[in-house]
Amino acid sequence: MTQENKEGKYVLLKGNEAIAMAAIRIGCDGYFGYPITPQSEILETLCLEKPWETTGMVVLQAESELASINMVYAGGATGKRVMTSSSSPGVALMQEGITYMAGAEIPGVIVNVQRGGPGLGTIQPSQSDYNQSTRGGGNGDYEVIVLAPASVQEMADFVETAFDLAFKYRNPVIILSDGIIGQMMEKVMLPPFKARKTAEEIATLYPWAATGRDLKRKNNIFTSLDLDQERHERHNIHLQKKYAEIKENEVLYEEIMTEDAEYIVIAFGSAARIAQKSIEDFRKEGIKVGLFRPITLWPFPTKQIARLAEKTKGMLSMEINAGQMVQDIRLAVEGKTPVYHYGRMGGMVPTPEEISDAIKNLLIKE
Amino acid sequence: MKKEIIIAGFGGQGVLSMGKIFAQSALMEDFEVTWFPAYGPEQRGGTANVTVIVSDERISSPIISQFDVAIILNQPSLERFESAIKPGGILIYDGYGINTPPERKDISIYRIDAMDTAATMDNVKSFNMIVLGGLLKVLPIVKLENIIQALRETLPSRHHHLIPMNEEALRKGMEIICPVHTL
Repeated sequence: MTQENKEGKYVLLKGNEAIAMAAIRIGCDGYFGYPITPQSEILETLCLEKPWETTGMVVLQAESELASINMVYAGGATGKRVMTSSSSPGVALMQEGITYMAGAEIPGVIVNVQRGGPGLGTIQPSQSDYNQSTRGGGNGDYEVIVLAPASVQEMADFVETAFDLAFKYRNPVIILSDGIIGQMMEKVMLPPFKARKTAEEIATLYPWAATGRDLKRKNNIFTSLDLDQERHERHNIHLQKKYAEIKENEVLYEEIMTEDAEYIVIAFGSAARIAQKSIEDFRKEGIKVGLFRPITLWPFPTKQIARLAEKTKGMLSMEINAGQMVQDIRLAVEGKTPVYHYGRMGGMVPTPEEISDAIKNLLIKE
Repeated sequence: MKKEIIIAGFGGQGVLSMGKIFAQSALMEDFEVTWFPAYGPEQRGGTANVTVIVSDERISSPIISQFDVAIILNQPSLERFESAIKPGGILIYDGYGINTPPERKDISIYRIDAMDTAATMDNVKSFNMIVLGGLLKVLPIVKLENIIQALRETLPSRHHHLIPMNEEALRKGMEIICPVHTL
């Protein structure tokens, strides 16, 4: 299952295992989760590694997903780096907790290793929670930062990125993975060990946190409820300003062979890996297809896609769903170039050959 | 160099762990590697398969539909994957329980009677290491000593006393694999 990482050496791990190992190493204070396929190895690995004996990290199997997310709410409010993980239907249950965290400005990390839906769906991979993550299943005007890893290395790397963003902006962050990246093994360089923040460090760094006041200051109270609507509108305006700042500063993406591309495929996470193979095949035939991979799904790389739209003959959104990100692409492109979608649903995963056919039939049409 | 390999058989035969040990030894030789299992309700008695890709360049898709090498350990897997081998590719199969042997003429076919051989050895669980030995003979892209080292790194230490037996199984596999039809 897991293995000791010799410092500075590559190890072979599942994406789920890499998340757990990285969490321990980057100084995560607590994990609260409830098992569900295809992400149960996160909790399993944490239990095997017993970080409570080494770094002092708390690992708890909660009684439900609702309990997990509310434990994250509470832990985050005390300035601790806490996280949970689940798969699609479990994350659906967490939506209330996520909007409460956004409203009360509580940092925390939620990992979603997606499976096919709707409902309890299937245990096979899917990307059909794009809308759930970027639009939010919760109520109110709120945004969640969404990171989409495409490799086991990024599963490991994005844990720290997610916590850094969560604390920089006091906002929940979702790592949106899927059954492919969660279950596959690749070589990975785990992050170096960092000590967990001490109580003194937390009190200094995060004056907003509920750390115990010793009669020196006013209570730090966390609530998303405010019955004074004028004050509550001011709070909303403050949140929107924060979201605008995140949009301005935190967009991440990768471009592969887009420079001279006549056609662009846009894909995130595992779909980007599969699409890349078919793009490599087109390049061998001299057909100029490129790949644009959004790494943050919110904030979405709108400007970058708009810029690419001006010089391409067409774009294809390749998603393992019925067509969700394609809506954000169309908003970015504003009709400057045709935008198509290809996807599979219900746990079916397209092969590179299928994507090549879609590129030929929908995009190139020759 | 890039090799796209599928290993398919019954759950409980050690298909996934065979793939993992092979992937681990490839990693130790500085290859890029991906290991992707069919993770459905597979269990003992059901079918199980894993795709292992070994390459000296960054691997794009871990999901593929055509393979350079297929290691087939039961009839349902043979029916499913024989046609998915690239022309010029390699098929290794265990004869045990195969009613309809492979027929393709545009690939190299090897037979390894690992199930029967494992029954004569002290531990029938060494079956998957016999098969891995066979792969190593036909496709020597990793060294035997690195497979042994990979076993040491992936097995919990309480099982390390089984490593000599696994080494014997690997060597046995290299010995007993035989060509049925080669290009």
